[in-house]
Amino acid sequence: MLETESRHPSTTQSPLPVGGRDREGASAAILGEARRTMEICNACRYCEGFCPVFPAMEVHRSFSDGDLGYLANLCHNCKGCFHACQYTEPHEWGLNLPRALADLRAETYGEHAWPRGLGRLFERNGLVVSLATAFCLTAVIVLTMMLQDQATLYGNHTGPGAFYAVVPWGLMVALAGLTFGWAVLAMVMGARSFWRTTGGGALRWPDLRVALKDAGQTRHLDGGGEGCNDFDERFGMGRRHFHLAMMWGFGLCFAATSVATLMDHLLGWVAPYSWYSAPVVLGTIGGIGLMVGTGGLYVIKFITDREPEAVSRWGMDIGLLALLHFTALTGLALLAFRETSAMGWLLAIHLGFVLALFVTLPYGKMVHGVYRLLALVRHHREQRLP
Amino acid sequence: MSNEKTYDVLIAGGGNAALCAAITAAERGARVLIAEAAPKALRGGNSRHTRNLRTAHEAPTDVLTTAYPVDEYFDDLMRVTAGKTNERLARMTIEESAHVAEWMHGRGVRFQQAIGGTLSLDRTNAFFRGGGKALMNAYYLTAQRLGVDVIYDAEVTGLEIEDGFFIAARLRHRGFEARIAARAFIAAAGGFQANIEWLEQAWGSAARNFLIRGTPYARGDVLRLLLDAGFQPVADADQCHAVAIDARGPKFDGGIATRLDSVPFSIMVNRHAQRFYDEGEDFWPKRYAIWGRLIAKQPDQIAYSIIDAKAEALFMPSIYPPIKAQTIGGLAEALGLDPVALRATVDAYNAACSGDGPFDPKVHDGRRTNGLAPDKTNWARPIDTPPFTGFPLRPGITFTYMGVAVDHNATAIMSDNRPAANIYAAGEIMAGNVLGQGYLAGFGMTIGTVFGRKAGEAAARHAGN
Repeated sequence: MLETESRHPSTTQSPLPVGGRDREGASAAILGEARRTMEICNACRYCEGFCPVFPAMEVHRSFSDGDLGYLANLCHNCKGCFHACQYTEPHEWGLNLPRALADLRAETYGEHAWPRGLGRLFERNGLVVSLATAFCLTAVIVLTMMLQDQATLYGNHTGPGAFYAVVPWGLMVALAGLTFGWAVLAMVMGARSFWRTTGGGALRWPDLRVALKDAGQTRHLDGGGEGCNDFDERFGMGRRHFHLAMMWGFGLCFAATSVATLMDHLLGWVAPYSWYSAPVVLGTIGGIGLMVGTGGLYVIKFITDREPEAVSRWGMDIGLLALLHFTALTGLALLAFRETSAMGWLLAIHLGFVLALFVTLPYGKMVHGVYRLLALVRHHREQRLP
Repeated sequence: MSNEKTYDVLIAGGGNAALCAAITAAERGARVLIAEAAPKALRGGNSRHTRNLRTAHEAPTDVLTTAYPVDEYFDDLMRVTAGKTNERLARMTIEESAHVAEWMHGRGVRFQQAIGGTLSLDRTNAFFRGGGKALMNAYYLTAQRLGVDVIYDAEVTGLEIEDGFFIAARLRHRGFEARIAARAFIAAAGGFQANIEWLEQAWGSAARNFLIRGTPYARGDVLRLLLDAGFQPVADADQCHAVAIDARGPKFDGGIATRLDSVPFSIMVNRHAQRFYDEGEDFWPKRYAIWGRLIAKQPDQIAYSIIDAKAEALFMPSIYPPIKAQTIGGLAEALGLDPVALRATVDAYNAACSGDGPFDPKVHDGRRTNGLAPDKTNWARPIDTPPFTGFPLRPGITFTYMGVAVDHNATAIMSDNRPAANIYAAGEIMAGNVLGQGYLAGFGMTIGTVFGRKAGEAAARHAGN
């Protein structure tokens, strides 16, 4: 009996009870692989210097489903541990921690989706995002054509209220408000579910503050100092820098929209705004950041070493990258050609992409920001407490 | 690989010593070829499984606490080897160890503080961030940048040596044979621990029950070729780094993860359910490396670590399931031991536990047994609280010490004590020069780094003349 070789050592200890509800979302095989890997990692610990996953792992002797979900979202997929691992294929244990955690991470997105039934949208997310985008684009364009005559659509509109001549103000605000409001609600509900499943407890500002700082700098995309393994065993800061450009680009675009909304609704300064106005400057810089960031991340994905990647989940990643990229591209195009007869169509197309982005926000890769932030909060909480 | 290309330095082996030699030689302008037996994914020999290197230092560094002076390091080595070392080479190795961290950093290696739960090595050992495979990745990238050629899956099948002068080596690479001539040859191909037949010559049939923690590619082919060519052997064939590891681990390449730290909190019994050594002699980190040999001397080279529920959380769990039962008899059956014998051993042990003073795993608590042969001299508590747990352990061989004699330049020495003209050795293949027996954590990497650099320097110098 003792001589029997066990290809997949696993202590198969019964999971500790965790706060909150039972687990049925994450498939047993994916949890099992994450647990098997984590238990071997916990006996080795060589990767401790790469990221917070390993110090967080070391406080456990066994791993509940909630612990694993937390660790999966704490992982930033820098892949340093894969290239440093002496147990990857062709070793008989065939460990692949980044892939195991990426698989589990995607499972947790589905599991915490709100309402719960919509978690299935994460299963073939690339297709879901593509269909949603196609639908939103078609809907906005068809609605615009139905509501406006040809002359309005192809006309040159300048001066205050030019955009609303094409898409009525009320329709724009209603669509944006409803979809974005829903997205925020769904993501808050998802965050609540994630926090409870991974252990609950009070959410304290000092932990949140440090976590926000980590997130703002994408600190753990530095792989412990030298960066991620973007392509192979070499380290590099490419992924981190492109992610920063994308994230802050998104932030600036969001700020541009917010400022514009305030100017329009509170101050009565009706769009479009001049080239030097706050919304246009913020939106232009943000849009360029988004395009460069998403483009760079796509290129890295295209040429990276696929072995440590959960390639079957890439639809989700590429779906969001493409959506952000084309939202930025059409936004910048609208700005560039807003005084021409192309404005009507460009506005409709841009609004179609924005609508698709809002609709898919809680059912796509964007949720990683919420869960990773909460995982960082939990990590800082654990490190602070004895 | 072109058969026409000529090299200044041919290096057999692809681990730490080989890469230190390759980088050093290439930095001096030599054209270097590395012949690594493993495929790329498993390159790096045993270095793949390492995590630190023992380094002398006069003051604290960014990753090491307080000083570790050369003299103390030397005394530590004399103690563990019981004097079985070449003192001149040992002192040179230790003195040079003070300078290797900076050299390594310049070649892409990154260090970190001692990792979690590691044997209080934070004063003496510098840890590589990401461990030994990350270290090897950094070295291979540096070597690649310096223009070093690497051929994987390359087995050395013959050496053309005339009176200590290297002419060429024959390699087999994925079924193809090639003859590589070079001006100098560096043997850095590791020990022979993965060659069970050779181990059997030293250990008898017991060797068949050993697990080999390290690379399966260290079959000692190059060592055998050198010894056959008339080079001088050092150290005994049965001397090696051997630890006690989970018996359920893989036959080869299990590395660090199959370790089991339960011994000091348990009783260790052999297959006759008899105790055979003081489990509480010292802290586990200090006894870790003797238990491999202890178990190797037991019948069938297997032993069982027996604990009760009180001890379960005192050590990191094995990656294999603990074998549990509600009674000692039931545990014996689950482990394949004689229940009557195990009950008798546990009863005798329990009766001999004095119970004086508090149990404290962090100090030598002096809680001992009295009147047993052997006694357990620390951390002895009755094994009386179910469930009872057992782990099977076997000797896990990391690397063998027997190798070729070298001088302070890593030049290989022939049987008649003459140094070879252009043949050098570094790493495990010559570790026996300074490590006749025993072990100091991280010393293997120190030997490989110091002698790898020496060999690379001497080989490049020879090739340049």
